[in-house]
Amino acid sequence: MSYHNPPTTPRGSATFDQYSMSEIRRAAATGIYDIRGSGAKRKVPHFDDLLFLGASISRYPLEGYREKCETKVTLGTRFAKKPIELKIPITVAGMSFGSLSGPAKEALGRGATIAGTSTTTGDGGMTEEERGHSQTLVYQYLPSRYGMNPRDLRRADAIEVVVGQGAKPGGGGMLLGQKISDRVAEMRTLPKGIDQRSACRHPDWTGPDDLEIKILELREITDWEKPIYVKIGGARPYYDTALAVKAGADVVVLDGMQGGTAATQEVFIEHVGQPTLACIRPAVKALQDLGMHRKVQLIVSGGIRNGADVAKALALGADVVSVGTAALIALGDNDPRWESEYQKLGTTAGCYDDWHEGKDPAGITTQDAELMKRVDPIAAGRRLANYLKVMTLEAQTIARACGKNHVHNLEPEDLCALTIEAAAMARVPLAGTSWIPGQGGL
Amino acid sequence: MHATNLATAPASKVNYEPKVFDLSKITLREFNQALHSIQDGTNATSWEVINPKGSHAVAAGAEHPISIDVKGSVGYYCGGMNQKSTITVHGSAGPGVGENMMSGTIVVKGDASQYAGATGRGGLLVIEGNASSRCGISMKGINIVVRGNIGHMSAFMAQSGNLVVLGDAGDAFGDSIYEARLFVRGKVKSLGADCIEKEMRPEHIEILKDLLAKAGITDVKPEEFKRYGSARTLYNFNIDNADAY
Repeated sequence: MSYHNPPTTPRGSATFDQYSMSEIRRAAATGIYDIRGSGAKRKVPHFDDLLFLGASISRYPLEGYREKCETKVTLGTRFAKKPIELKIPITVAGMSFGSLSGPAKEALGRGATIAGTSTTTGDGGMTEEERGHSQTLVYQYLPSRYGMNPRDLRRADAIEVVVGQGAKPGGGGMLLGQKISDRVAEMRTLPKGIDQRSACRHPDWTGPDDLEIKILELREITDWEKPIYVKIGGARPYYDTALAVKAGADVVVLDGMQGGTAATQEVFIEHVGQPTLACIRPAVKALQDLGMHRKVQLIVSGGIRNGADVAKALALGADVVSVGTAALIALGDNDPRWESEYQKLGTTAGCYDDWHEGKDPAGITTQDAELMKRVDPIAAGRRLANYLKVMTLEAQTIARACGKNHVHNLEPEDLCALTIEAAAMARVPLAGTSWIPGQGGL
Repeated sequence: MHATNLATAPASKVNYEPKVFDLSKITLREFNQALHSIQDGTNATSWEVINPKGSHAVAAGAEHPISIDVKGSVGYYCGGMNQKSTITVHGSAGPGVGENMMSGTIVVKGDASQYAGATGRGGLLVIEGNASSRCGISMKGINIVVRGNIGHMSAFMAQSGNLVVLGDAGDAFGDSIYEARLFVRGKVKSLGADCIEKEMRPEHIEILKDLLAKAGITDVKPEEFKRYGSARTLYNFNIDNADAY
């Protein structure tokens, strides 16, 4: 009688999982690192790991439909002669013409304007579409200085000096040849069809002392009218925020690792920078230590999806949040209606991130004249406005439930954390305890 | 061709007394505000700044066809984003002189620090002394003429325009250059990634002749220069070029 070894169940490696192996095969076949758009896709501690406590006997709530809960915010009160006023504490993050199509940029401007908030240019200069359709437009000042000129600087409502972004702190812009159309090439003073890898450092300043002088120059050129933001990636938020304030920023924009990008190396997106949740409290602490919290406003971005995320970011000390990826989804990015076309590109709705290739079926991250017709700027702008308003209502709902008559009155004491990691990062107690792990460092 | 796109400020031909601004008596803000408040067609086309004492952002954002004579040395970003004005620094200039200038002329009688003419889009920047590192970095259409030497990493990622150097250039000259034209009369210590010496053709001699004349340089000949530009091998990524970066 022969002995039969009982078989074991086939077991994949947790280390060499299917995705890791597919990436090894892809690298071996192509000899090029993986480039993609969007932000970190790995699971990291996030706002979902926090909960609001709500009101009860010790705190009393506001009536949901009767008592006012303000959402207005003013940015640039420190130095600017003309601070900007937003109706809602949510703004639209910088995304370039070039990475996005003209109709998509127009839709962002229309949607933000209906909702009473601002939108932001990107690494490609200011287009007439977005200036014309954005009541409040923030003009980014980037290392590449593509399209930079004093006229646009002066017709912006605020200036954002971009030092870094959450998807790639320490990295520069990237726009591959497929998307360098005639119009994009002209705006960037580049030959058509080349791979454009823009610098990671500014060409004419390095370090905080230089930045102070650079900000002085920008203020002089614009006669001290415009709020000047400094945008940093989530690297060392305590020190970077402190140095931005020292350099004279009116507003600090802080982008965590879930913040999206038009295109960069996958290895950069997933392995450099800190989660948004881990960045907020150190930045707020820096502002508080300098006596500048609420005087220099803090805008937080990177993975904001709904009104709960908004309320949590504000409770941790942010003045405003900013949405990029979510705004694109509201316009129609990764919509299942284009599923058959996503399939042809080897992906599926919800996973499409090859934004650099310019083949976006939704017509948003493309310069293809036919594809971009799929974005109706009026309808898409309306969707964005609806989404921004829903998020605001949600944040107000939570704020009222916590007894606050302004969303800015939300505070860390309104929160608890579901995990030890989130408790440590957000510096709020683990649910059911009074334990805040990790106190003692910056 | 960008060389012809120069401002035509009739500075020295105007018979008005210069408007004099003493930066030891008024603030930089007051001076720059006055500069930005000029009405088009003004007769006051001759301006003078005394006692600049290394101030930053002197005449930043100038935008009218006037002449501005700065009697002394300046700090960072003198004439930043200049349009149409003719600015003469009778001294030396700190970092970023003429950064992102659009048009007009800036002349530095002394030396210039780092990033002279950075990202400049048009106009003419003349450095009569030496320029430090990163001269013409990321230039986008400006013309720069340096009578002396320039430092390392000059014309890094230079996109468009002309850089003319009568002396020597430092290390990694023209690294990652796009379509700017570089002309050097002296030695180049080393060329950066994707920058090569190129043939000097008749049209380049014409460009040089024109720029030297506009910079008021009469004692050197265009034929004494060598031309450098992009080999265009890094315009589209190829893994086998990775060691060039």
